Amino acid sequence: MSRHIDIRKNTYLDSVSLMSMSTKANAVEGVTQALLGMATPMNKEVLLNVGVQDPAIDEAKPSDLMIVIDASEDTLEAAIASVNDILARKDKKAGEATETRYRTLDSAFAEAPDSNFVLISVNGAFAAREARKALNADKSVMIFSDNVSVEDELSLKNLAHEKGLIVMGPDCGTAIINGVGLAFSNAVRRGNIGIVGASGTGSQELSVRIHDFGGGVSQLIGTGGRDLSTEIGGISMIDGINALDADPETKVIVIISKPPAEEVAEKVLAVAGAASKPVFVTFLGSDRTESGYDNVTIVQGSKPLAIAAVVASGIDESTLDKHPLNIPLVEEVRAKLAPEQKYIRGLFCGGTLCDESMFAALDKYENVYSNIQKNADYKIGAMDASREHTFLDMGDDDFTNGRPHPMIDPSLRLQRIVQEADDPSVGVIAMDFVLGFGAHEDPVGVTIPAITEAKAKAAARGQHLEILGYVLGTDLDTPAFAGQVAQLEAAGVTIASSSTNLGLLAREFVAKGDN
Amino acid sequence: MSVNDLFSASLKPINLGLDMFAADLKTQGVEPVLMDWTPPGGGDPEVIAALSRLEDPAVAEKIDAANQVALERILGSQPFLEGFGQAIDAVPGMTKTTILHSGPPIGFPRMSGPMKGAVTGALVFEGLAKDLDEAFELASSGEITFSPCHEHQSVGSMAGVTSASMWVHKVTNRTYGNTAYTNLSEQLSKILRFGANDQSVIDRLNWMRDVFGPVLAGAMELNTDGLDLRLMLSQALHMGDEAHNRNVAGTTLLIQALAPYILETDFTTKEKREVFDFVASSDYFSGPTWMVAAKASMDAANGIENSTVVTTMARNGVDFGIRVSGTGGQWFTGPAQEVIGPMFAGYTRDDSGLDMGDSAITETFGIGGFAMAAAPAIVALVGGTVEEAMGYSRTMNDITTGNNPNITIPALDFMGVPSGIDVRKVMETGILPIINTAIAHKEPGIGMIGAGITHPPVEAFQKALLSLSERISA
Repeated sequence: MSRHIDIRKNTYLDSVSLMSMSTKANAVEGVTQALLGMATPMNKEVLLNVGVQDPAIDEAKPSDLMIVIDASEDTLEAAIASVNDILARKDKKAGEATETRYRTLDSAFAEAPDSNFVLISVNGAFAAREARKALNADKSVMIFSDNVSVEDELSLKNLAHEKGLIVMGPDCGTAIINGVGLAFSNAVRRGNIGIVGASGTGSQELSVRIHDFGGGVSQLIGTGGRDLSTEIGGISMIDGINALDADPETKVIVIISKPPAEEVAEKVLAVAGAASKPVFVTFLGSDRTESGYDNVTIVQGSKPLAIAAVVASGIDESTLDKHPLNIPLVEEVRAKLAPEQKYIRGLFCGGTLCDESMFAALDKYENVYSNIQKNADYKIGAMDASREHTFLDMGDDDFTNGRPHPMIDPSLRLQRIVQEADDPSVGVIAMDFVLGFGAHEDPVGVTIPAITEAKAKAAARGQHLEILGYVLGTDLDTPAFAGQVAQLEAAGVTIASSSTNLGLLAREFVAKGDN
Repeated sequence: MSVNDLFSASLKPINLGLDMFAADLKTQGVEPVLMDWTPPGGGDPEVIAALSRLEDPAVAEKIDAANQVALERILGSQPFLEGFGQAIDAVPGMTKTTILHSGPPIGFPRMSGPMKGAVTGALVFEGLAKDLDEAFELASSGEITFSPCHEHQSVGSMAGVTSASMWVHKVTNRTYGNTAYTNLSEQLSKILRFGANDQSVIDRLNWMRDVFGPVLAGAMELNTDGLDLRLMLSQALHMGDEAHNRNVAGTTLLIQALAPYILETDFTTKEKREVFDFVASSDYFSGPTWMVAAKASMDAANGIENSTVVTTMARNGVDFGIRVSGTGGQWFTGPAQEVIGPMFAGYTRDDSGLDMGDSAITETFGIGGFAMAAAPAIVALVGGTVEEAMGYSRTMNDITTGNNPNITIPALDFMGVPSGIDVRKVMETGILPIINTAIAHKEPGIGMIGAGITHPPVEAFQKALLSLSERISA
């Protein structure tokens, strides 16, 4: 135990401040007792009562400040410095810019009257109420939050429709408004192609492919995955199509969605058919090929959809690098796989990317299992082991329950990659890497060790395990597309050039002689 | 702004939720409007549903109109100090065996340590028990009537214990005619209202009964005009008080106004000298005076149908209770909270009693913590910086109905103190009223050990909101 006594001549601090400083000083690490006070007879007596005696204290005048610090030997010096800081009243917050933050939307509307849009990502239980406030204040909203009731979604969308506004969501992950990426989105060129997407990663994929083919995006309107259900009836999709039709910057309209309810599909196509602009539509996994309207073309797959859109937007088709499926590569991989390596394991962050690959596999195989399978016989849960062909949407609720989306926190997928490599019947593990706003800062880098481990496991039993990766991103994204691809290639990963090709390549790699 | 107008405008998004989305917007050169949002209604779905019901335009209009009436009454009130009298003669419903206490109703067994200390001390002081042990027995016997000060047009600081022979302020709201009462400051530290009850405390109470009270009463008998407390309070805020934890200026003003009349009384010079010395011994002398001025003003705003304005915030050391204009005398309670702030040497948080006293009537009225920006000298007491003090007062604007033009804060460009706490706004914003207050030791018999800030429990406001939403319809 060491004691430090400091008498500061002619230094006055009021008793209230000293009381507060004493409280702080006593909380300093290593301090067993800190006494700060003016050298009044009463305070001197207090010190005497707790056994502090020193000639310097006896001589101190009431106008002097007394500082007594008891601390263990090794911490005394640091404690003295800390107490001096407290006495100097250093402003901890100095240099920290203070941001204005509002407690309620009403106060934000009042104080920032030029605000014209609200992005809502609070807990879903509270999202609808806030969205209603935004609509009532005449502002369109994007609701990233999920777990909003169908009733709330319907009433919000009806309200927005009446007011000429739009509700993107709930559970809307992606939008680009006026060139600004919102939530999970990619940095893409601005242009004349307007997108309405009822699927987040499907919209991301489409915008990235359009960018890749030299086109640009005027607006990307998300609707949320439930918009095309019977209950909601495609209100936001329809309002979105009409807004893009009226938008002078938009020349071509593109729609991407998971399969809608049949009567809603009819309704949406009718609205598209009444538009003055060419409309291209992909309902992923739907068999429909005809729209019934001259200006509305149904396209299968996100990549063909992007090609159709950029060509219609004025880009010469003959100049496009369409990245056709690499047939020699398919032969090469097939040759490396053992006869028993018959199956695909798809581990996805992006729901629509998972969908698209799964549908590609379903075109050729029956035994395709997934947590997002519509066919109950082939549905498996998050805790179930993979079987035969398995495609997992790891961003789905059964995986994310209580944890962040795999685009942000890939740890669950890393475990699963290594786990799948234990199965000698697996020929290819397919996976997506989503770049852009909202996503993990280095999704490839964080996954490489798991890929290396998986390959090593297969190699140990004499197998080649094909890892097929697709990077969803552009040269404008952070991190940039090229760097992520280079990392994968260095780790021996085969790169697919699009979500569509990812599904096709995976399917073809494991196809054997008899099919 | 329609969707197509938005397409041709510059995007100015409000980011309500994940901060990473705001960071991405900034990366893209967009300046999002940032939020510091908490779930409304304390996150309780039932409360949120009630809040939404009250937001129905027709309902909201009725409430807003009622709240304006309540606010006008608060702002228009003119509390005047008319005189001093003994509780048995002045306070409505007072009897020789009644003990008034602070906060919502509570029986003796549930009372906090310091309140039990004060009650038993008062019973000894009144001669109803010969010592503290006997006083404990008597207090538990059922022969003593316990009742909240607030239900007797009164307020009481800390334990709020008021017995028959104690002297009280008599303050009349000259605009609306109602009168309010509160007892006299024992000055700070080891005193009855903080739970101390030894002989030194009883001796002081005896002197206050025999000398202090009569001198003050005699002085005010000579002052037939009364003292305009609102005016004095306004001056005190301009002199650096917030009139709850800092009363340096207010006490000086009050004793300056009383002094000439004290001199004119027939008491001996020695007695007058004792009174002046006693007043000078603590800045707190005028503390109760501002409380009762606030009480007289808030009572005038009570009982307005459909109003969601809070008219009482009071604590008994166990429960924190609020009352609301539109629900009259009904108490809505939750657990009293810890008070956070610096402690006297030798005490720690473990020694602290929970939040106690009717003094939060000052915050209910718009001073105290709400006027923190007026009193930069005591920000250390509330553990903050001057900038934070400014922030406290500004933030209270988010939960109040208006500002009091009669009582202003120079440092905030003479902003009127935020007045008329609206239960709806508290629930909507998640901002609880800030209360400056003192800390009593949790055990009986010790006294004040520190001071700091605290908040009401969210439960009290949730219950009030649910009740209001049942009562008020379009």
